[in-house]
Amino acid sequence: MITVSINGAARQLPNATVVAALIEEMGLTGKRIALERNGEIVPRSSFLQLMLEEGDKLEIVVAVGGG
Amino acid sequence: MKDKFTVAGKSYTSRLLVGTGKYKDFAETKSAVEASGTEIITIAIRRSNIGQNPGEPSLLEILPPSKYTLLPNTAGCYSAEDAVRTLRLARELLDGHSLVKLEVLGDPQSLYPNVVETIAAAKTLVAEGFQVMVYTSDDPIIAKQLEDIGCVAIMPLASLIGSGMGILNPWNLQLIMERVQVPVIVDAGVGTASDAAIAMELGCDGVLMNTAIAGAQQPVLMAAAMKQAVEAGRSAYLAGRMPKKLYSASPSSPTSGIISSKHS
Repeated sequence: MITVSINGAARQLPNATVVAALIEEMGLTGKRIALERNGEIVPRSSFLQLMLEEGDKLEIVVAVGGG
Repeated sequence: MKDKFTVAGKSYTSRLLVGTGKYKDFAETKSAVEASGTEIITIAIRRSNIGQNPGEPSLLEILPPSKYTLLPNTAGCYSAEDAVRTLRLARELLDGHSLVKLEVLGDPQSLYPNVVETIAAAKTLVAEGFQVMVYTSDDPIIAKQLEDIGCVAIMPLASLIGSGMGILNPWNLQLIMERVQVPVIVDAGVGTASDAAIAMELGCDGVLMNTAIAGAQQPVLMAAAMKQAVEAGRSAYLAGRMPKKLYSASPSSPTSGIISSKHS
């Protein structure tokens, strides 16, 4: 298992989890989201390939109402 | 010739820009946005709710990018770094959309802009190809600097965000308009329709508001009022108001032919 941070909360994931699998598990597949990993944008096109690593800090965002 | 408002190379009919926060639900958000006649709406970028109601509709399903120009904002950011990160995420979220609203706040009590961080963020964003509409103070020198950096619209506050205090310093807004060529949009402080009309009468290119509509007792009705106020203010500006004549009355009716018992 590896431990990553998702939106500030620690989370355990199986080794060799790709971003797309995490998105799927979170019920966000097909939703309009954007993902940042350790301060860098992860393009949607690389969700299937990019493997998460121990200690990764992820931010997953959506659009909400705001002024 | 139709009076169009152009920002970042795209023309709009409406000069009212509205925020989408603080409504009681999406239905009210949608109704108010529609009643305002706006074509540009601001949105915020926030962490997804982990494991919470993934099935519920999203804001962008209610207000689709195909229908509105979306202006992702950096509300809540207190540093240039956070603002830049937020807008990079927004660009990814919106498939490469580069028009954004930059705001970097100074403190949570006043929500007054931190212009030092705002300038730093603007430089980075412009260099990365963003089209930056920038919320700032009503300081004309800073406004000019932001234009020189390459911002596509200068959006000074009229009074504090969410205060509804109206236009407290029209003179500074005019100083800004005299100095910058890009659109000047009053952002923050409008409380009611007359505030919006005054901003437009001063010659501002547009008005951006959220709380003035969402915080009204009847938001949808207020959205319609704001649409009319912005249109009326713009028309009055274009029409050119009569000069003020202090202490000097001028009758509107003919001065001759008045019946009188005093004169022959």
